[in-house]
Amino acid sequence: MESTKNYLNNLYARAQAYVRSHPRQSTIIASVVVLLLLSLVIRVPQPHVSLSSEPLLENGPYWFTNTLLTTFVVDLILLLLVWFTTRNMSLIPSGLQNVVEAILEFLYNLAESIAGKAASVYFPWSASIFLFLLICNWTDVIPGVGSIGIIHTAHPGEVHMLSDQLAMAGGKLMLVKAAAAADEKELVPLFRPPSTDLNLTFALAISTMVLVQYYGVKAFGASYFNKFFPWKAKGEGFMKGINGFVIVLELISELSRILTFAFRLFGNIFAGEVVLATLAFLVTFLVPIPFYGLEVMVGVIQAFVFTMLSLIFFTMATMGHGGEHPEGAEQH
Amino acid sequence: MDLASARQIAAALAVGLGAIGPGIGIGLIGSKALEAIGRNPEVTGIIQTNMILGIAFAESVFIISLVISLLVKFV
Repeated sequence: MESTKNYLNNLYARAQAYVRSHPRQSTIIASVVVLLLLSLVIRVPQPHVSLSSEPLLENGPYWFTNTLLTTFVVDLILLLLVWFTTRNMSLIPSGLQNVVEAILEFLYNLAESIAGKAASVYFPWSASIFLFLLICNWTDVIPGVGSIGIIHTAHPGEVHMLSDQLAMAGGKLMLVKAAAAADEKELVPLFRPPSTDLNLTFALAISTMVLVQYYGVKAFGASYFNKFFPWKAKGEGFMKGINGFVIVLELISELSRILTFAFRLFGNIFAGEVVLATLAFLVTFLVPIPFYGLEVMVGVIQAFVFTMLSLIFFTMATMGHGGEHPEGAEQH
Repeated sequence: MDLASARQIAAALAVGLGAIGPGIGIGLIGSKALEAIGRNPEVTGIIQTNMILGIAFAESVFIISLVISLLVKFV
């Protein structure tokens, strides 16, 4: 008992000494604790999650969505970056030029490690995809994206509150809508990360896969399509059946690449955005910060994976299949 | 059980069951990659890139199930 009292007194004295010697730090710590407690006490309405992007203007064109606006902003950022970098170019780079050159060199080395001599052909596409997706994914963590917006009148049946909850009532499972759902207004965010729009991810995926076919045809001519339609494949009876099955497999794998390309990017970034929103509404203060770090990492990794996979598919399409064209990659 | 609650359960099951396989796969990929790096630290860069690629392929299975659950819940 005595020792506990001594210990507490000791602790109190040390805290007092710390406050005296570090007034600014102790103010910050105190306000963090107070805000954290406040954010646990204050109840806020639940965010609404929309799978598709929403039109910004209530009576405006339906194609003018918040992801489109953010895409324009991302484009503007990239263009300004390029403009500022190339304004005063010097042989010995310094400052911004140095940074951009380092990034581009990293990307070129990546392309070279996968595609070898054909790297210079694939580099423009892969590098611009990486830079664009990096900025797109990072808009996720900018404060104000997804939280500042325009109030629209809600369309019934289209608003999904995260507060829907399952409940047992009279031996039956039922869905309970929270009281906040009765609110007729909904917030349409002004900005929303472009990668959370399936239109953008599918556009990138489809154009990448079309480019894969283009490089394949460029390397092999019409014989590229032997991969999908092996007319000349030898074999009798059972082997012919196997070849027919291969056609189906190749076609499905080519189509599924588009799907996984698009859904991987969309799923990761959309899930990240939902996690951030939910956490910010659960505990407003301090707790969501590690998840922001996680999202920064996820953004880099997803941009990197998209770049890398498109490089690998380019290389696979131009490499000899079946040993007929061993020099395929070097033909252009 | 009405339709709305059935949808909630279906969405949760789609994500939960879809996460089992990729979770095991990513664990295997990570453990083997770390083993390889431990044996031969000079090729860390190559192993890391290939590891991230393998993880991305394993993860895409989960992402598809996530998208299906989102479709079930929101569409």
